Amino acid sequence: MSAHLLVLPIVLPLLVAGLQLLLGERRRRLVATLSVASCVALVLLAAALLMGVSGASAGDGLTAVYRIGDWPARFGIVLVADRLSVLMLLLTAVLALALLPCALDRWQQPGGPVQPMFQFLLMGLNGTFLTGDLFNLFVFFEVLLAATYGLALHRPGARRVSAGLHYIAVNLLASMLFLVGVSLIFGVTGTLNMAALAQLIPTVPDNTRALLHAGAAILGVAFLVKAAMWPLGFWLPRTYAAATSPVAAMFAIMTKVGIYVLLRLSLLLFGSGAGPASADFGDTWLLWGGMATVVVGVVGMLGARDLGKLAGYNVLISSGTLLGAIGLQHPAVTAGALAYLVISTLAIAAFFLLAGMLAPDDETEATALLEPYDPTGEALYADEDEHRATLPAPVALLGMCFLVCALVLAGLPPLSGFLAKFALLAPMLETGAGRGATALFTLVVVAGFCTVIAMCRTGIQIFWADEDWAFPPIRLGEAVSVLLLLGSCLALSVWADAPLRYLAATAEQLHAPAHYIRAVFP
Amino acid sequence: MELVLALAIGVLAASGVWLLLRPRTFQVIIGLTLISYAVNLFIFCIGGLRTGADPVLREGADIAQYTDPLPQALVLTAIVISFATTALFLVVLLASRGLTGNDHVDGKDGTP
Repeated sequence: MSAHLLVLPIVLPLLVAGLQLLLGERRRRLVATLSVASCVALVLLAAALLMGVSGASAGDGLTAVYRIGDWPARFGIVLVADRLSVLMLLLTAVLALALLPCALDRWQQPGGPVQPMFQFLLMGLNGTFLTGDLFNLFVFFEVLLAATYGLALHRPGARRVSAGLHYIAVNLLASMLFLVGVSLIFGVTGTLNMAALAQLIPTVPDNTRALLHAGAAILGVAFLVKAAMWPLGFWLPRTYAAATSPVAAMFAIMTKVGIYVLLRLSLLLFGSGAGPASADFGDTWLLWGGMATVVVGVVGMLGARDLGKLAGYNVLISSGTLLGAIGLQHPAVTAGALAYLVISTLAIAAFFLLAGMLAPDDETEATALLEPYDPTGEALYADEDEHRATLPAPVALLGMCFLVCALVLAGLPPLSGFLAKFALLAPMLETGAGRGATALFTLVVVAGFCTVIAMCRTGIQIFWADEDWAFPPIRLGEAVSVLLLLGSCLALSVWADAPLRYLAATAEQLHAPAHYIRAVFP
Repeated sequence: MELVLALAIGVLAASGVWLLLRPRTFQVIIGLTLISYAVNLFIFCIGGLRTGADPVLREGADIAQYTDPLPQALVLTAIVISFATTALFLVVLLASRGLTGNDHVDGKDGTP
């Protein structure tokens, strides 16, 4: 049974989704129970796998391999669970479970088979993180994209459909690029198994190496569209701002999928073992592209006038920081980047939910825009005492959540956002961190500062300055979800030692791809 | 034959890209379809072109007279997936037409 544990994170959501589709929309309570059961089971599965891969000493963790149909790895498809895959599985499962109260609350009204699509999305995400085969990766990508198309268009209105149209067109084109890249790589090497590719790349003859690099670059562009690197990420803020808030919160992990694949492939295929001609291929692009993304994110964030866009540009900043960190190819930086990935995903998801709670998310109404800040105006000081006296508890809750979110996103002490940013930034100052490390360091610090400015301004306008800001009534599910997400951020600031050690071991394992190859081809 | 195929892929991809950049949703979907045809042909030919060769290995067959079956399997998957996503896109296109009243990709018609 334990041998088949690895395939369950893919099979379980698939079965649950099928069952939910059969049950239909009438038996809502049963469908909801199934969703909860599936998400709890996924968290438990991920935890079990985590125990499995972190058993051995640091850097040489056990890597579990599952051969589908028991075909040898050269012919069949393999699923590989190493420390990174399991980390992403756990992050996905925790995020899904935390979002479930909000999702169940929001999705009581009829509006299409949302719960099955949510499960299909989980299946696609888990498959993407587990697969060890490039074409299988494409298939899982399409599964999760198809689910996101449906979710992005949930309860459609003109704004949502128009944003969804762009999203689908961009992603369909990216899928085509994915296929072109995969087939070029197949044409040169004759295999699509990632471990086999890592073995073959040093021996590729020089006359076809350019073709291999072209294939890898085209494949990389497809993932960079997902990870929203500048100039491929213009679709992101608009789509995320237009989606309903639980969907947008779940999408917080979507850019991380692109980041995951880039991290995996750049270290496995073009790491130090790829030979002198191919080693570190594309790193400079990732580094400078990531930095450009951070700049675009900062400018957009400072100029954003609704909360959804603000959160969307935060996604861009997080994405750009991670891309730049991958481009540095330094084990300690990678470990910090993984910490930042986990924390920023949770915090951004919470922020999307908060945005949905603060601004009414109804297609029929115009989105609430932030009033231009006017420090000399009357609004800030008028009736201050009266306003304070009638401050209701829900607003206090929202304000506290907003404050925690802002602290984590900006990376200010004492919360986990600071720990993650410190883990990411400290190794960049060491010697040997590579060219561009100082530039990235400066940029990330400046981006954090600008996040503080943008969040302060937004907070002041919503909670203090704007008397007429209409706080919609808080739903219980939403509040529970936000508290769960922020609670996990807080828990990670208190118990940070074991996770950080796990991440350091993960980074070491990633930078030594021999383990991965040996696990697939013993 | 290589030249013909290369030209076909090139023409399909070029017209697809041109259509994709047009402002009407219908042109965009036709452009995406043409690009997906080009990509499917590209995957098909990546294993090498051969006329009348067998993709399934038989007893005593000459391995030199054998064509790679894997790209054919890949292209089948790619066709199914692009077909399904195009159908989905078509639905969104119709929804957008119904909600905005025009077929511009931005939902508003700039032309007077």
